[in-house]
Amino acid sequence: MATANIEVSETPLVLYALRRADDALILGHRLSEWCGHAPAMEEDMALANMGLDLLGQARELDTYAAKVEGRGNDEDKFAYLRDVRQYRNLLLVEQPNGDFARTMVRQFFYAAFADLYWRAMMASSDATLAAIAAKSEKESAYHLRHSSEWIVRLGDGTEESHRRAQNAIDDLWAYTGEMFAVDDGERGLIDAGIAIDPATLKSRWLKTVTGIVNEATLALPKSDWMQQGGRIGSHSEHLGHLLSELQSLQRTFPGATW
Amino acid sequence: MYTQALNSSDGDDRGVEDVARATRFQARIDADERIEPNDWMPAAYRKTLTRQISQHAHSEIVGMLPEGNWITRAPSLRRKAALLAKVQDECGHGLYLYAAAETLGTSREELVDAMLSGKAKYSSIFNYPTLTWADIGTIGWLVDGAAIMNQIPLCRCSYGPYARAMIRVCKEESFHQRQGFEIMVTLCRGTAEQKAMAQNALDRWWWPVLMMFGPPDQVSQHSDTSTKWKIKRFSNDELRQKFIDATVPQAEFLGLTIPDPGMKQNANGNWVHSPIDWDEFKQVLAGNGPCNRDRLAARRKAHEEGAWVREAAMAYAEKRKSRQLAQAAE
Repeated sequence: MATANIEVSETPLVLYALRRADDALILGHRLSEWCGHAPAMEEDMALANMGLDLLGQARELDTYAAKVEGRGNDEDKFAYLRDVRQYRNLLLVEQPNGDFARTMVRQFFYAAFADLYWRAMMASSDATLAAIAAKSEKESAYHLRHSSEWIVRLGDGTEESHRRAQNAIDDLWAYTGEMFAVDDGERGLIDAGIAIDPATLKSRWLKTVTGIVNEATLALPKSDWMQQGGRIGSHSEHLGHLLSELQSLQRTFPGATW
Repeated sequence: MYTQALNSSDGDDRGVEDVARATRFQARIDADERIEPNDWMPAAYRKTLTRQISQHAHSEIVGMLPEGNWITRAPSLRRKAALLAKVQDECGHGLYLYAAAETLGTSREELVDAMLSGKAKYSSIFNYPTLTWADIGTIGWLVDGAAIMNQIPLCRCSYGPYARAMIRVCKEESFHQRQGFEIMVTLCRGTAEQKAMAQNALDRWWWPVLMMFGPPDQVSQHSDTSTKWKIKRFSNDELRQKFIDATVPQAEFLGLTIPDPGMKQNANGNWVHSPIDWDEFKQVLAGNGPCNRDRLAARRKAHEEGAWVREAAMAYAEKRKSRQLAQAAE
């Protein structure tokens, strides 16, 4: 018997917390895939470190979502017993690691956003979210510094590293727009002072990203077509494979405690 | 990224064997003094320690692979975070140990190359596969447990940098060991399937773990000089016995059966194991273990696929340096 998916009452606040939890969990999971396989031991340490930060963020946000929802779900039920259509993360974070340049560009685009986002969220009227934001902001600042340094090294390194970094930027660019999108439910939270409007961060994000990309002698694509769908469960094909691995034990041994 | 300056250790007098110096050196060891990197030491002492510390470092790095195999499948977020942190600790241990080995005059780059080419060894225990989640518990409980038995005495090793690295490593290892045991407790209190998974993992790991202490004392090559130099303070068999005596009650607590029906307690209270299959040990050491090829292939792949990244970092550092020089000249 396979374990059935849980049902989630996605009130605006539950959905809000789950979306951010899923961003952190999926990106953290992707980073953990590198463990033992990074280009240098120092990077093995750094990628695992960032993965752990993100996993920690996911757990706090999931735990909060469970509390707000009040239906007996918990961090593990959210992580292990929702299928691909129930996941609410950004398309960007589920994109495969690819080479080191792709991993770093994905991290850079996200961290440049998360750094601003969590800093702004420290002013949330929701005390729990403000506390999570304060912790996440410190971590995101480091993730941004680390990935920015690599973007510059790779872009301004060798011909090969430049080409790989540029390819990664070109391929991942279309997944950045989703970070700034807001739906009606979230609009209500913004109006209530619980969430902040990510659209207000866009120009600062673009300034940070453009600055580093220029320093790296790389270029941002001209296209402004942006993919969307992660926030409502319309994912890329990659997420299902990630989840089948992530959830394998929980799905194989229903109800067991680990 | 690598310490190029340490590539050569020729051209000084450290390799010169000299009876008076050797006598003074041994007297310092006998007086329990620590030998530090700039002190005179016999070439054989340097070579033995370089081999031992670098093998230890390689073991930490290769040891990331069997456990890393379960990070993406860990069964809860708490377990996932703990396992990722643990494997990260192992990488950290590898880094300290390469740094300790470098103080003896061989660069990390050379040491890593020797491992990748198959010339240098790492602990054979990592050539066994992790088939189920219970293997992660068992590795923590038994493999880390055995490593601690081996490493605690190394905290008093005569070579200062190695001894100091071991103090920190041992603290983290004992934390890992407790985590592993806690996974086993959870499995053994869980469903019948989980308990069977735990027993099966113990069945597969028990004998390879006993082999971790190395060949029996009567055939061990390195022990005599290592003991004289206070690199080694207990014999292989002594450590193995200590480990078994500590583990038997733990297995009993878990309700698991150690897969050695002939094991008996002697008059001193020590548990006497049945003969170990040293042919298996030799085969795994010779490269014929279930995962030798996979482990080396994974390390080589990471190294080769990372080459362009390391080159980019070097190229960028060079560019930056020459830009700074050009600016300073203006």
